[in-house]
Amino acid sequence: MSVTSRRGRWGEGWRAAWRDALDGQFWHTQLSGPTDPAKDAGWQAPPPRKGFFTDTSICIGCKACEVACKEWNQLPMDGLGMTGNSYDNTIGLGANTWRHVAFVEQSAEHIAEARVRGARLVDLGMPQVRTEITATPPGVPPMLPNATAQDVSRAPASGIPLTGPGTAASLPSAGEATAPPTSPSDLDAAQGAAERALAEGSVPDFRWLMASDVCKHCTHAGCLDVCPTGALFRTEFGTVVVQDDVCNGCGYCVAACPFGVIDKRKDPDMTGAATAKTVGIANKCTLCYDRISLDAKPACAQACPTTSIQFGDLSEMRERAEQRVATLHGNGYTEARLYGANENDGVGGTGSIFLLLDEPEVYGLPPDPVVTTKDLPDIFRKAGLAGLTMLAGAALSYVGRNPS
Amino acid sequence: MGASFGRGGATQFVQDIANTDCLIIQGSNMAECHPVAFQWVTEAKLRGARVIHIDPRFTRTSAVADKHIPIRAGSDVILLGALINQVLRTGSYFEEYVAAYTNASMIVSDDYQDTEDLSGVFSGYDPETGQYDLTSWAYRSRKPGEDDIGEAGPEEHGAAKAASAAGHAHGAAGAPLDHALIERDPTMQDPRCVLQILKRHYARYTPDLVTSACGISAADFAYLSESLVANSGRERTTMFAYAVGWTQHSLGAQFIRTAAILQLLMGNVGRPGGGIMALRGHASIQGASDIPTLFNLLPGYLPMPTAGKDETLAQFLSAVSSPRQKGFWTHADAYLVSLLKAWWGDAAQPENDFCYDYLPRMNGNHNTYQSVLGMIAGTVEGYFLLGQNPAVGSANGRLQRLGMANLKWLVVRDFNLIESATWWKDGPEIATGELETDKIGTEIFFLPAANHAEKDGTFTQTQRMLQWHFKAVEPPGDARSDLSFYYVLGKKIRERLAGSTDPRDRPLLDLTWDYPQDEHGEPDADAVLREINGTYLSGEQAGQALPGFGALKADGSTASGCWIYSGVYADEVNASKNKLPDAQQSWVAPNWGWAWPMNRRILYNRASADPQGRPWSERKAYVWWDEQTGRWVGHDVPDFPLTTAPSYRPADGTSGPEALAGDDPFIMQADGKGWLFAPRGMIDGPLPTHYEAQESPIGNPLYPQQRNPARLVYPHKDNLTAPSFGEPGADVYPFVATTYRLTEHHTAGAMSRWLPYLSELQPEFFCEVSPELAAERGLVNGGWATLISPRSAIEARVLVTERMTPLIIGGRTIHQIGMPYHWGVGGTGAVVTGDSANDLLGVTLDPNVSIQESKVSSVDIQPGRRPRGEALTRLVADYQSRSGATVVTGNDIVNENDEREERR
Repeated sequence: MSVTSRRGRWGEGWRAAWRDALDGQFWHTQLSGPTDPAKDAGWQAPPPRKGFFTDTSICIGCKACEVACKEWNQLPMDGLGMTGNSYDNTIGLGANTWRHVAFVEQSAEHIAEARVRGARLVDLGMPQVRTEITATPPGVPPMLPNATAQDVSRAPASGIPLTGPGTAASLPSAGEATAPPTSPSDLDAAQGAAERALAEGSVPDFRWLMASDVCKHCTHAGCLDVCPTGALFRTEFGTVVVQDDVCNGCGYCVAACPFGVIDKRKDPDMTGAATAKTVGIANKCTLCYDRISLDAKPACAQACPTTSIQFGDLSEMRERAEQRVATLHGNGYTEARLYGANENDGVGGTGSIFLLLDEPEVYGLPPDPVVTTKDLPDIFRKAGLAGLTMLAGAALSYVGRNPS
Repeated sequence: MGASFGRGGATQFVQDIANTDCLIIQGSNMAECHPVAFQWVTEAKLRGARVIHIDPRFTRTSAVADKHIPIRAGSDVILLGALINQVLRTGSYFEEYVAAYTNASMIVSDDYQDTEDLSGVFSGYDPETGQYDLTSWAYRSRKPGEDDIGEAGPEEHGAAKAASAAGHAHGAAGAPLDHALIERDPTMQDPRCVLQILKRHYARYTPDLVTSACGISAADFAYLSESLVANSGRERTTMFAYAVGWTQHSLGAQFIRTAAILQLLMGNVGRPGGGIMALRGHASIQGASDIPTLFNLLPGYLPMPTAGKDETLAQFLSAVSSPRQKGFWTHADAYLVSLLKAWWGDAAQPENDFCYDYLPRMNGNHNTYQSVLGMIAGTVEGYFLLGQNPAVGSANGRLQRLGMANLKWLVVRDFNLIESATWWKDGPEIATGELETDKIGTEIFFLPAANHAEKDGTFTQTQRMLQWHFKAVEPPGDARSDLSFYYVLGKKIRERLAGSTDPRDRPLLDLTWDYPQDEHGEPDADAVLREINGTYLSGEQAGQALPGFGALKADGSTASGCWIYSGVYADEVNASKNKLPDAQQSWVAPNWGWAWPMNRRILYNRASADPQGRPWSERKAYVWWDEQTGRWVGHDVPDFPLTTAPSYRPADGTSGPEALAGDDPFIMQADGKGWLFAPRGMIDGPLPTHYEAQESPIGNPLYPQQRNPARLVYPHKDNLTAPSFGEPGADVYPFVATTYRLTEHHTAGAMSRWLPYLSELQPEFFCEVSPELAAERGLVNGGWATLISPRSAIEARVLVTERMTPLIIGGRTIHQIGMPYHWGVGGTGAVVTGDSANDLLGVTLDPNVSIQESKVSSVDIQPGRRPRGEALTRLVADYQSRSGATVVTGNDIVNENDEREERR
C-alpha cells in the first residue's frame, strides 16, 4: 500500500465519520468495551489491527528499544542526570521518550507475594494454567523447533529436522491450540506451589525486573476522543497517531490519557534532531506508522535482541502472550500475568500487551486504567436530565401562579 | 585455550548456544556486553536449558539467569578446581571421552613436582628470574635418549616466554613437544599419569574451601555441580561462556585453563551445545589477534622472531613446531614462507630465506604497559593511537598520561577529540598541577577517522567469523579509514626512501604495496582480503585465489597474508560477504559469513563422535564417520582429515597430519589430544593453581605462596601496590573493587559519550555498593563517594543496591565495590564526562599474555566528593603513607613465602 493511497483512505474514513456525525449517527461510535477501533473510526475494510507484545520476562534491559526509537523518530535527548533509581535514568514515557525501560529491584518477599497474587489472578480470566510445558514426546526425534529466535515467521513450519542436537523442551509454536481450560485444581496447585516455594526458601533472594513501556494504543483512546483539532487520529491499523502539523498544543490529551503517556514537548532542542515546530505540541509513540505502512517492523521491535518486544497482528500477539504466560505458570512462575489483554477493561483492551511479573503498579502502570470518555454518554444523559429537571422546575414555578 | 585444545578461539559458534542444556556464564556479563548474541541464550532458555551466572555482582545477565551465584572476585580457580575435584572424586566425568581424547593417560616426567609438594610452586621455578624452566613438566618418553625432538634449550625457559608473552602464540596451534614417543597407561592408574596427578593436585579444592574462600554456600555449589553433571555426557552438553572477567587477572589464562580441563573431563568439547565460548569485547577483537596488533605475533599466530635465538629461518621454524610432531602445525614452514611471499613478493626468494631477515626481532617484552613505562623512561618516543583511548581505557590512567606527556610525538586517530588527545590541556594532572601545559613537549597530531559504516572491510568476531561491512556513506570531511591512513603513510615513507641504498630501508622498499584505489583514494578492501587469502604464484593456476591453507607451500609457490584466513576468498568469491538468511540454510548456517579455519563452526568436532566414529548420541550427533563413503560427514565441515578412519593408527616415526590417529580430535596439538595437563604452552604452571590477586583482602587459603609467582610486576613509584591481608597497612585499602562495562556505553566512551542518546541513559560515573557497606561508610544512594587506591583518588555517584552482596570469607565480611569504567576527564565535545575508574588500577600482568589485572584491586571508599587541585595529590600520598606502601610492596615475588608462613 503506497503512502498516497493510505492518505486517500484516511481522508475517506474521516469524511465518512463526519458524514455519520452529520447524519446523527455520532452516538453509534462505541466508547467502551470490545470493538474494532479502526472500523469505529470509519475505515472501510481496514487491515488486521496491529500491536505489540512486550514480554518482560525475557527483557535484558539493554535499552536498544529506547535508542532505536529516538534514532528513527529523531527525538531529542530528554536531559542528563542520574536518578539513583537503579539503571533507569530516563524516568518515564514523555514527549521525548516513546519507549522507556523500567528497572525494579526486589527482594524475596516481593517475589513470593507476586507469585501468590499472580496465581490468584488466574481466575480473573487472563492467564491460564497448564500443568506442564510441551516436551518432545518419547519416540519422536528431537528437533530444533525454529532455526532462530529472531524471525519465527520465516522458519519452516515443520521446524528444521535434525538428527542431532536440540533439547527436549520446546514451546509450542504460535497458532497451536490454546491451553486447556483452567480447572480449580490447577489454581490450587499453582498457589500451593508458590506458597511452598516461599516456605522452602526456593524463591530467589532477589530479582531485577526490566520492562519496556510504550504507548498503549488503546481501543478507546482518551487522548483521541478529547482532541479538539483532529490532530490525533485513528489509523487503519487501529493505532493512535498525532499529526504534529495539526496539533495546536492545547494539552487536553495530556490530561485525558489514563496512562500518562502523551505529553507536550517542553524542552528546547538539545540535539538538533527535533524541529522547532514540535516544541509545545503533543508527542507520543506512533507505533512507527511510517514503517508499518511499508510492512516494516517498528524500530523498537526491530532492535530488540531477545524478542522481548514482538510486533504483529494484535490477535496473534494476544495468542502468543497467553501461551507464554501459560508456559511460565506451568514452570511455577505464577507471578506472570498479562496487562492490556483484557478487552473488557476500562480502555477496551490495548494495542500494546505486556507480560508482567508483578502488579502493574510495580512498573509504574495504572492497575485499572479507565478511558476518561467512557462515562461520556452517562455524563450527557445526566447533564441532559439535569437540564430537563431545571426546565421542568422552571415550568413548575409557573404552575399554579395566578396569571393576573 | 590454545594450550588446552590447540587453538585460541571460541570452540563454538554463537547460535550453538541455543543447543546447550546448561550454560554457565562466569567472568562475563553477557546480557549487558553481548546483548545481540544473548538472543541465543534466550532461545536456549525457551528450549529448556538451565542458565547459571557466576559473578561478583547481580547484573542484567543474572536477572534473566535461572540462578545467580555471587563470588569473590579473583577466586574462580578455587570454584572450578573444586568442580574438577568433585567430578574426579565421584567418578562423574565422561570416562570414555577422557580416555580416548585427552592426555589423561600420558605419563609425566619423573622430575615433575606439583604445587602440593613444593608449597605452591611447581618444579622448575627459578627465584632469580621469577619464572619457570618448563622441562620437568614434559611427558616421559618410551625410549629416553633416542627420541628427543629438540633440546630443551633456553627457548623453553619461562623467562624468555614471559618476555614474549608466548601464550599468544597458541592462538591457532598448540605448543610443540620435545619428543614424540610418549609413554601411556591406558588404565589411567599409574601414579605419574595425568589423571592421577590431576586428582592429587585438586584434592584440597573442596566444597568447604569454596564456601570459605569464594563466599559460595554449600547449597549453591551443590546446585552448580549437579547442574554440570546432569547436563553432560552422551545425551547432554554443558557450555561455558567467559569474557574479560576471566582474562583480566594476574593468572587469567589459568582461569580459562581450569574451565578447559573441566570441559574435557565432562566430554563437552567438540560437541554441539558444549565447549567454551570466548566472548570478545569488541567487534573485531578476535581479528586483532588473528592478524595481530600484538608485539609478539605475526599473522595466523606465528610467533615474532626473538633476537639472538631465531637468527635463521631454519632456527625459527624448528622452535615453532617440530617436524616430528603430529598435526597440521608441522606445516608452519609453508604458512610462514607464504606470509613472507605475500609481504615481499618477488624479493622473497629461497636464496635469501624468503626475506626472513626483514622481520623485526623482539629483544624483550614490548606490551603496552612496558611501552608506557618506556615513555616515562624516555626510551619510547612516538605513539600511534587508533581506536584506543588509554587515558581512560587502560589501567593506571595517570601512568598512561604521564607517559604520553614524555613523548616526542603522538598520533591520535579517532572520531572525536578523546581524552587521549586533550589530556595536555584538561587532564586530571593539569588540575592537580602535576603537569603544566606549556612544559609538555609532546607534539600531538589528531586525524579524524572513518567509522565502520563509512568504510568497507571485515570484522572477525567472537566465533572466529569474518563478516564484511559495506560502506554506507562517505566519511565526513577529512575522515579516512585506517586502511587508507596506513596505505598512504606507507606510500609517503617509500617515496621519501626511494633510491636509498641503506640496507635497513630494504624491508620497506621491497614491500608489495600496490592496492587499487577508488576515486576518493580509498584502497580496495576486497583486494586486501584476497591477498590475505592468498594466491598461487606459479604453475597453471598462477594468479588464482587459493582454496585454503592446505594448498600453502614452503617453496615460495604460494603467497598468503594469514594462513588461517586462507579459504575466505576461495574460487574468487569473498565469502565474508555471505548473508544467506538463516531460514534458507542448515542450522549451522555455513553461508553466514566465513569462519576460520575452513569455515568450521565447531572446532575439534571429531570429538562429537565416539572413538569408533559414531555419534555419542542421536540427540547430539554432529560429525560422524560414514563407513560407506569412507569419509567424515555431518552438519559442519569436519575438523579432521576427511578420510582418516577412526581405527587408523600411525606407525612410530610418522609425523604431520598423517601421524594423527583416528581418535586424535585435537589436530593442532602436538599429540592430537586435549590437554588436561599442559606439558608445554603455559608459562606459569602445567595445571591451574589458585593464587590470590596482586591486591587481596585474604591470605592464600591453599599455599604459602600468596600470588602467582610468575606474574609480571612493574615496581614504580607511580604504580604502587596496596598491602594484602597479613601485611602491615592492609586495612588502609580494605575493599575489593572490580571494573566492568555497561550496555549503554562502549569501553572508554569514544563511541558513546559523544552521543546524546547513549549519554542520557548512563550520564554519570557511579559506583555500586551494598546497603551494608553504605551503612558502614555513610554512603547515600544518589550521593557522592570518593574512592582511593595507592594510584589515585576519584569521585563517583553512589548506587546503593542489593545487587552487591557482602561475602563472608574466612569468617570476615568482604565488601566488593563495582565501578563501570566508561567516563573520563577532559575530551572535547563529550556529552558526559566523569572520573575514570581505571585511574585507580595498578599494573600487574598475567605472564602468558601480558594482560592487566583489572578485575580485582584494593580501595577505600569515603562519602563526599574528592578534593580538588593539589589537595587531591596530598590525599593519595596520605593514604600511601598510612599504608606504608612502597615500590617493593606486593612485588616481592621471590621471598614472600617464608614471611607469610610465619604470619599465618
